[in-house]
Amino acid sequence: MIKAILIFNNHGKPRLSKFYEHYSEDTEQQIIRETFHLVSKRDENVCNFLEGGILIGGSDNKLIYRHYATLYFVFCVDSSESELGILDLIQVFVETLDKCFENVCELDLIFHVDKVHYILGEMVMGGMVLETNMNEIITQVDSQNKMEKSEYPATAQGFIPTWLLFKAGQPDAQKVSVLLVLLEPLLVLYQQ
Amino acid sequence: MSDVVEKTLTALPGLLSLDSQTGAGKLSSTSKLGNLIRSITELTSKHDEEKLIKRELVAIKEQVSSPNTTMRQMKEMMVRSIYCEMLGYEADFSYIHAIKLAQQGAGLEKRVGYLAVSLFLNENHELLLLLVNTVLKDLQSTNLIEVCMALTVVSQMFPKDMIPAILPLVEEKLTHPKEIIRRKAVLALHKFYLIAPNQVQHIHSKFRKALCDKDPGVMAASLHIYLQMIKEGAEAYRELAGSFAAILRQVVGGKLPVEFNYHSVPAPWLQIQLLRILTLLGKDDQSTSELMYDVLDESLRRAEINHNITYAILFECVKAIYTIHPNAELMEKAAKCIGNFVLSPKINLKYLGLKALTYVVQQDANLALQHQMTIIECLDHSDRIIKRETLELLFRITNAQNVTVIVEKMLAFLRLCHEDYTIMDLVGKVAELAEKYAPDNRWFVETMSTVFSVGGDLMPPDIPTNFLRLLSEGSDSEEDDRQLRVYAVESYVSLLQTDPTHLPQRFLQVISWVLGEYSHLVDVLSPSQVIDLLVPLLDRPAVTSDTRSWVLSAVAKLGGGACSGSVVDGSEGAGLVQRVAQQHSSSLDTQLRQQALELLLLSRDPQLQARVLPRATAGASLEVDSSLSFLDGFVSEALARGAAPYKPPHQRQEELRQEKALSLEPYGLSLPISLSSCSIADRQSPTLLSISSGLSGNSTELLHRAGSGSLRLDGVKRKWGKDGYLAQREVPEEPSTPQETSTPAPQPSPQQGGALTPPSAEPSEEERDKQQLASSLFIGLSSQNSTCLMGKPEASSSQRFRRKQKNTDSASSSSGSSHSSRGANHFLYSSLLEEGPVSPIMLTQNSVAQPKHKEANSTLSEGDTPFLPAANGIAEGHDPEAPASLMLANEALSSAGGGARDSPSLMGGMELVQPCPLTPDPSHRSLSSHLPPELQNLPCSDCASLASDGCLALSCCRVHREDALVLVLLMANTGGATLLDVSVELQCPQLKVASLRGNALESLPSQSVSVCWYTLLMEEPHTHVEVTGSLSYRKECGASHTPDISASHTLDISTRLSLAHFLRPLVLSTEEYGKLWLSVSQDVKQNIQLLDPDRDPLRSSLTALQDKLQLHIVDIIGSEGIAACQLLRRGPCLLHCRVHAGVLALWLRSPVPGLPDGLLYHCQRALQER
Repeated sequence: MIKAILIFNNHGKPRLSKFYEHYSEDTEQQIIRETFHLVSKRDENVCNFLEGGILIGGSDNKLIYRHYATLYFVFCVDSSESELGILDLIQVFVETLDKCFENVCELDLIFHVDKVHYILGEMVMGGMVLETNMNEIITQVDSQNKMEKSEYPATAQGFIPTWLLFKAGQPDAQKVSVLLVLLEPLLVLYQQ
Repeated sequence: MSDVVEKTLTALPGLLSLDSQTGAGKLSSTSKLGNLIRSITELTSKHDEEKLIKRELVAIKEQVSSPNTTMRQMKEMMVRSIYCEMLGYEADFSYIHAIKLAQQGAGLEKRVGYLAVSLFLNENHELLLLLVNTVLKDLQSTNLIEVCMALTVVSQMFPKDMIPAILPLVEEKLTHPKEIIRRKAVLALHKFYLIAPNQVQHIHSKFRKALCDKDPGVMAASLHIYLQMIKEGAEAYRELAGSFAAILRQVVGGKLPVEFNYHSVPAPWLQIQLLRILTLLGKDDQSTSELMYDVLDESLRRAEINHNITYAILFECVKAIYTIHPNAELMEKAAKCIGNFVLSPKINLKYLGLKALTYVVQQDANLALQHQMTIIECLDHSDRIIKRETLELLFRITNAQNVTVIVEKMLAFLRLCHEDYTIMDLVGKVAELAEKYAPDNRWFVETMSTVFSVGGDLMPPDIPTNFLRLLSEGSDSEEDDRQLRVYAVESYVSLLQTDPTHLPQRFLQVISWVLGEYSHLVDVLSPSQVIDLLVPLLDRPAVTSDTRSWVLSAVAKLGGGACSGSVVDGSEGAGLVQRVAQQHSSSLDTQLRQQALELLLLSRDPQLQARVLPRATAGASLEVDSSLSFLDGFVSEALARGAAPYKPPHQRQEELRQEKALSLEPYGLSLPISLSSCSIADRQSPTLLSISSGLSGNSTELLHRAGSGSLRLDGVKRKWGKDGYLAQREVPEEPSTPQETSTPAPQPSPQQGGALTPPSAEPSEEERDKQQLASSLFIGLSSQNSTCLMGKPEASSSQRFRRKQKNTDSASSSSGSSHSSRGANHFLYSSLLEEGPVSPIMLTQNSVAQPKHKEANSTLSEGDTPFLPAANGIAEGHDPEAPASLMLANEALSSAGGGARDSPSLMGGMELVQPCPLTPDPSHRSLSSHLPPELQNLPCSDCASLASDGCLALSCCRVHREDALVLVLLMANTGGATLLDVSVELQCPQLKVASLRGNALESLPSQSVSVCWYTLLMEEPHTHVEVTGSLSYRKECGASHTPDISASHTLDISTRLSLAHFLRPLVLSTEEYGKLWLSVSQDVKQNIQLLDPDRDPLRSSLTALQDKLQLHIVDIIGSEGIAACQLLRRGPCLLHCRVHAGVLALWLRSPVPGLPDGLLYHCQRALQER
């Protein structure tokens, strides 16, 4: 089982942290710090496996990491995962990110934490590997985005009138109606 | 175009919010986050960051709680909260809003809401209950995305109690037309299985359907569940092995669609998963293993592309091949594979190669030999992880000959190591090796000193404890012990003389204990000198108060010695002690102050001191009744009056908590779901059996373990090593010759070590060094004795510092000691026949049953370690009266029977056995021939000695009759004179003793044995009962023929019987069990530790219980098992066991009050002793 997935940069700033086991808030931060401490000391030409620290739990757990430019991708896994398998899973994850963000860089991860989480959610679910095929992952994420968008008109329509009613009771109702008039052509355009 | 619209829509709420910052609304949601991030990156100090984020959080808080906030704004703020939480700042105010967002939002907002929930909350969070309804709604939604989101959040966390609410919906999704939904549903069920296995038991057939799903993705997801279930118990799934092998064959054969390929390897992760499952299934099962040989072979063959992922598959194959039933051809290929790994220039592969070597080395030491030069290189590798793994490998191949080199390497690594976890782990291993294979005392003490100073205060506390125990218990030879102790004292004194500032606390504690205890062994060292060395420690600020109290205790012990020493030295020493005590008698630490005051008093009163800290008996045994058994009566009385049985505080708390929690499970499944996970050790039953050990202090446990452990292993074929299956073909050779030799042969064998090194014409200096190292590392690892490695974990015979109790296997030595001890006639221990119920039988002489009596001459003989007293050097050395009784402790009767007292065929229940020649030949010692035939074939215990004096030895054994327990007493006249008027009386208030008096005998000739017996029944359940009694006789005065003159002698008898002796199996069918279960009321629940938790723990635990407690195992279904037994003539007791989260949840029910509690206690003990 995958216990945690951490991404941090060369200075130890966390860029993504996802825990599949429950730790307290403080422990999570300590794990991130300890992991960074362990990983950052490693040279480039050494192996990608590490023993977990005390926090992440004893001899059964391993840290498997990859270093890409400014970012470290670390998976904390227990003995039921294959080391090399996870190593390639990280590769798949990064390639997927690269495809989704088009030349992914640290900034993408910072500003789109949520999207990174969605991509990860299609790969790993509840600590178990769900999908390892990059194209499949992208299809899933895309279909979500698409379906959300196609829902928008309906939502907007249902949403604005009630909202209007609410606002109408307020002194600035006039302003609102003005705005709505302004918006109308846009909505029509969109529905086409 | 739609992009533009979306941006506008995003801006809409901002525009319409009509607050003063209409302008700010133009910033898109990401830019608010962007601002935050930008300002964070501009900051330089952590402190500033904290301030900024606090401010940000306050702002978010204000905004989220305002009623005007739209869902869209909420979504944006959730993203910001997520960011803050990731940085480690608590944003708990936003949790409830995240739930709200998931509930009320639509589309993207809902997704953010769910994401925030899964990042913020955990499965125990109370707010999670609020999410249940949302999840329910979304699972029923027609929108596939919403269903997916709900399933994802469920598999991340879900309140255990609410599973039944959504389970039907999730199950329904298993038949959903969409593949992705089915797949997620399977993973959600996997999660349920992990947190509440009994909830999903009824849908096992659906798992099987998922396994047969037409979509490979769903099948792959179901493997997660199967892997988990097979890990917990492979038996039930063996028949699936063929299917798994077939799937793997198809995958390997490229039958999957091409989009499953990764770097042109077909579904590699799926292959890995399948290989793991097959490994577990094939373990220890030949027929299953045979199913997979060809597919493993094919996997090995196909995985030839030079890519990471193929190596991952290869590695799994190799592990599988070495775990399942061995196949020579495959093993050969696997060995080649390992070679490729180890020799690979890629460091990741080298690491895995070493790991594989470590895994297989106990089966195939040759493999390590082949790669010895690579291993040597890895030892000096720049990567610490590689080094670490190499040490792990070396640890496995350590033997008495290479131990010094290996330990040296480990210590060198430790000195440079800064990672706490690694230090803790490695220090333990060094200590283990040192204890097992130490070549001499000097090396041992020095190694342990390094361990203590390197391990420091990170060291697991059992290392120093074990070390001290070893010192105090000693080994077989007195002289060895003395030397070890002397050496330890000398080395510690010199350590203290140089500079003790850098020594860690634990080490200081060890030093002070050793000096306090043993410095008198060194003649040149006067106590006051030692005190002088110790006292400065008390003033050091770095020394903790814990250590100070160790030091003070040492000073107290030394002070005693100082006072009883020479006059000059004595007064000097006493003065010093008084000064120290005075100084600390006003310490702020209460414990320290108390100790100091005690010391002060003692140092003023030499007589008192001599009494309290007797010098001469330093090594003599003290009887410590650590279990407070003298309170047993009180406890059982209280229980009889209806008092509630004792529960440890945490269990009470747990129960309280459970009562509070809402039970949302259906009634039918009301099994213990989360009992407290207390271990056996936690439950300090007041009715533990009392043990008087040969040591002062708390070593009873160890004595126990060692005693029972070593016996049982005898003759047991070792099929399992520390790490897996030991190949059958290699077993026949028992732990073999090179280790057997107690003095290790230090000469290196160059042809052995160097045999396989690549021949190089002119080895460089460095090369030669390495080869030398190799020969010293791999000594004792040649092909012919490779099997000795397998014996290693248990190779007690090769252990240098054997604890005395383990010595039971060396029958010759102990019989030798009884030879020398006294007398011509002695009994040989004839068999190690192990009978079920544990029976601690006190070997007492002249009533030492009272626990207050801390007499040295009372020794205890455990039912399963009858040798103990004889092998116990201390007891022999310090107790002149012991030999006679010890000799009889050795007496064991391979089988014995007894007749029912009320049987008409017997007269008086006592039989005189004609004097038989008491030859040492065990075959003549079968006493069963003297006993009535009706009891001869019944199961009975070993004979244990009860009491003895110079002329009469009394021993007893228990015969388990169907309807009662028969206690058979054997009276052996060991003296030269005939004994007259022998009469036995037994009493026990808690038992119904069927024949209480009588058993008188007019005369018992010299060298003859007589037998009498009692039938016993337990009326009320007690965990243990004490049977006491006495035997009186007169000695015939051989010379004068005036028997009346000689005085009457009395021997006190005392033996303990446990509840287990009164239990008999109760044969029931599952239905009968079910009926009975519902009809009885007294129940007790407890979690206890499992036996070998790695493989089939339930079965092995239950079997252990069956052996020990005479249970009848009714049925084992999955992770649950039921068993039944009955208390003789009283009533049944039913057991329900369930393996849950690594512990065994025991639930006992019985109509007899007190019986479940008593039985539970014995169950704990039975498993503890294993």
